[in-house]
Amino acid sequence: MTSKEKGWKEISIAAVCWKPSTEFLTGDWKTYKPVRDLEKCTKCLLCTIFCPDGAIHWKPEKEDIEFDYNFCKGCGICANECPVKAIEMKLE
Amino acid sequence: MKSVVIEQKTLALNGDEAVAYAVKQSDVDVVAAYPITPQTIIVERFSEYVANGEVETAFICTESEHSALTACLAASLTGARTFTASASAGLALMHEMLFVTSGCRAPVVMAIANRALSAPINIHGDQSDTMAQRDSGWIQIYAENAQEVYDSVIQAFRIAEHPDVLLPAMVCLDGFQLSHSVENVNVLPDDVVKKFVGVRQFPTVLTHEGKMAPLKLDPENPMTMGPLAFPNYYFEFKRQQEEAMKNALRVIREVHDEYAKISGRTYGDGLLDPYFLEDAEIAIVCLGSTAGTVKTVVDELRAEGVKAGLLRMRTFRPLPVEGIKKALEHVKAVAVMDRSMSFGGFGGAVFHEVRHALYDLDKKPFVVNYIYGLGGRDTSPMQIRTIYEDLQEILAKKRVENPINYVGLRE
Repeated sequence: MTSKEKGWKEISIAAVCWKPSTEFLTGDWKTYKPVRDLEKCTKCLLCTIFCPDGAIHWKPEKEDIEFDYNFCKGCGICANECPVKAIEMKLE
Repeated sequence: MKSVVIEQKTLALNGDEAVAYAVKQSDVDVVAAYPITPQTIIVERFSEYVANGEVETAFICTESEHSALTACLAASLTGARTFTASASAGLALMHEMLFVTSGCRAPVVMAIANRALSAPINIHGDQSDTMAQRDSGWIQIYAENAQEVYDSVIQAFRIAEHPDVLLPAMVCLDGFQLSHSVENVNVLPDDVVKKFVGVRQFPTVLTHEGKMAPLKLDPENPMTMGPLAFPNYYFEFKRQQEEAMKNALRVIREVHDEYAKISGRTYGDGLLDPYFLEDAEIAIVCLGSTAGTVKTVVDELRAEGVKAGLLRMRTFRPLPVEGIKKALEHVKAVAVMDRSMSFGGFGGAVFHEVRHALYDLDKKPFVVNYIYGLGGRDTSPMQIRTIYEDLQEILAKKRVENPINYVGLRE
């Protein structure tokens, strides 16, 4: 708890969020992070569909995917679902 | 302000019907409920009003009490005025959602026809059900008779929805003694009640879009209520609820006084209802319908020259601590009556709190506990008289031999 955090008189009642969820970087929860083997990856995009946090994005300009480590919680579903086993979960 | 008491008609209603009638008049948007004795008449009568087209309320029959309160909570968060009713095991099944409702600051009003908890199964009256929920963040008002039930339900909407409060409220009526006993109830005209309860007011809150918006779910102003709060914020939200309870002490009195002006009826100051207490040497403290029996005994004792009094607690949550101290500081011996048990504790819940409130007084009265009426057991005027006689004996001996006593229990 830092002194930057607000007191009970300052915050909205009913636990209403006063910041958008994009400001809560849940990526720092993870223990293992997904790392991709570019040789094996076929860009099938199954991982982007299975990711429960929407933390794997298709980047059209790069014609490639990108992990958003600010929001990846390290659950490992992408690695489990990858049909060519191109994703490895590595200890952070 | 000049008080103008409105002309009223008298109906023969039992306590449950008095609740249903008050809800009918209070412009309620959503009622979701599941039947349970002795509350069932409330939602039965109300469903008749819905079927007859006497109200425009959306009536939702749910598959459990947990769902009933969840539906009321969700509707309340959209800005709707909501009501439900329950008792005993039904209230116990709502336990989880009671805390979610108060934490989301949803001003749901619920009538509870107080009933014993199983096992053994028992459908009759005692206050074990609501006493077990006293820490759930709900306001609790205990009525003495069907008239007060009617008046309290109308007041409860105003209290719960007040922007300084925004807490759910229970109106508690003793099962069978009040829920099923027909009494004369004076009712206000529909338009007067509708004007009194008014429309819901919403405080503004800062949303995640950085906007100030009324606290309700609205596609124009999206917001998230009651999501995850980690150790760095959860505590602050709970402290806000405590402040709302403190504000409720003021708002309950204000709403009571405003209602008294149109109805001509008062219940003490709305929090505590004393009876022959100013010069009392011995007094009983109790909640609910038992106060009627105690008053009869106080009248008899006063005729005999005994300085006996009564403090009826109308509001148990929030606890009117300062009022209790002021009301009882001059009394020499106090008997607190509990219609529920706190197994393994030192007496019942009301005893704990009243005795606790008096601890800071320089000169404390003797305070003893009487547990009574569990599972619907009748409590007679003779038994109440015995309690006052015990208090006289305590004063004569200047000591307490039995702090915890059981009324009408066979050894």
